[in-house]
Amino acid sequence: MEIPYTVQPRPDTGIYNAKVGIWLFLASEVMLFGGLFSGYVLLRVGADQWPHGWLDVRFGALNTIILALSAITTLLAWAACKVGQFGKFKFFHACTLLLALSFLSVKMYEYHDKWIHYEIKLSDGTIADGHLVEKSADFDLAKKTGTITLHGRIVNDENLLYDLRSQKDIKLDEVTVKAADIVKMENYGPWHNTFLAIYFTLTGLHALHILGGSIVIGYLWGPGSKMWKRDPERFTNRIEVSGLFWHFVDLVWIFLFPVLYLT
Amino acid sequence: MNDSHPVDFNSYIRRCAYVFAAVLCAVSLMIWISFLPEHFSWAKKVAMILVVACGNAFVVAGFLMHLISEKKMIYTLLAFTVFFFAGLMGLTLYAMHDFPTGTQLH
Repeated sequence: MEIPYTVQPRPDTGIYNAKVGIWLFLASEVMLFGGLFSGYVLLRVGADQWPHGWLDVRFGALNTIILALSAITTLLAWAACKVGQFGKFKFFHACTLLLALSFLSVKMYEYHDKWIHYEIKLSDGTIADGHLVEKSADFDLAKKTGTITLHGRIVNDENLLYDLRSQKDIKLDEVTVKAADIVKMENYGPWHNTFLAIYFTLTGLHALHILGGSIVIGYLWGPGSKMWKRDPERFTNRIEVSGLFWHFVDLVWIFLFPVLYLT
Repeated sequence: MNDSHPVDFNSYIRRCAYVFAAVLCAVSLMIWISFLPEHFSWAKKVAMILVVACGNAFVVAGFLMHLISEKKMIYTLLAFTVFFFAGLMGLTLYAMHDFPTGTQLH
């Protein structure tokens, strides 16, 4: 059975079916991310304090540039198909794939950075905050044995940990804490506070979209590209549809970056 | 991407270069705004940054997704999306300070 309107435009819509399909899908995606942005707004205005400067702007900016470049290479891959230059298509789509993997690598590095970042409340009322350097071999929080070393600082006021932007010259050093002195110890995972919960939710869902898009792009670059010989117009339309999804993912990041990293 | 127009590969390269330059400018501008001195409140900074982000999104959607020259069907579909998205955000702003009875604010 032949699927109708994979290449020729459907008379009533004026476009081929897959394009209507992807736009409908993107419309539903707008509402999905819209709901999460709405949640972000409500959580932020309802919070007593909102962290500033917890995320490294350099990594956020780098990922923005990586995604913008990948959106461009996707468009050029489609344009190469349109003018019948399959070699150029292969090159530009490979670039897109590499850029997508670079984006995910940067994101994984950022996640890891938060995973090894600890806030430790001590029995004297102070707070040790920093990145894990090492735990002694006998470190056991339940048994209160051993020590943990962080690269960070000790503060008296928890508020100092929230607004890092307004503090100049924060001095970090190696801080060793005895397990016996620890009242509460928690890393900067999604459970740590509202900001990190919404940060991991939004960027995690976005990263899943990047992963899904990369799998599709990888397929179209590899085994799926056999269609070029059989039906080049249909293949070009597939590249266009996957490209529209990729541009949407870029659009979402254009808002995620300022909302999470800059404000 | 409107496929009714013939494609000139070199013009696409030029267009991409402009878009990339625009994205770089927008990112730099947003970062600069976020580091403005403290007498600019966060509310003002957020508003300015979001305006720049919207401009950036317009460039990407308009030129990379070809939304400036699409078919009527796509615009109709997007009009519905914009309507519901605006409704969602409108309700969010409307309900922003509408806490359930008994909520304790610190």
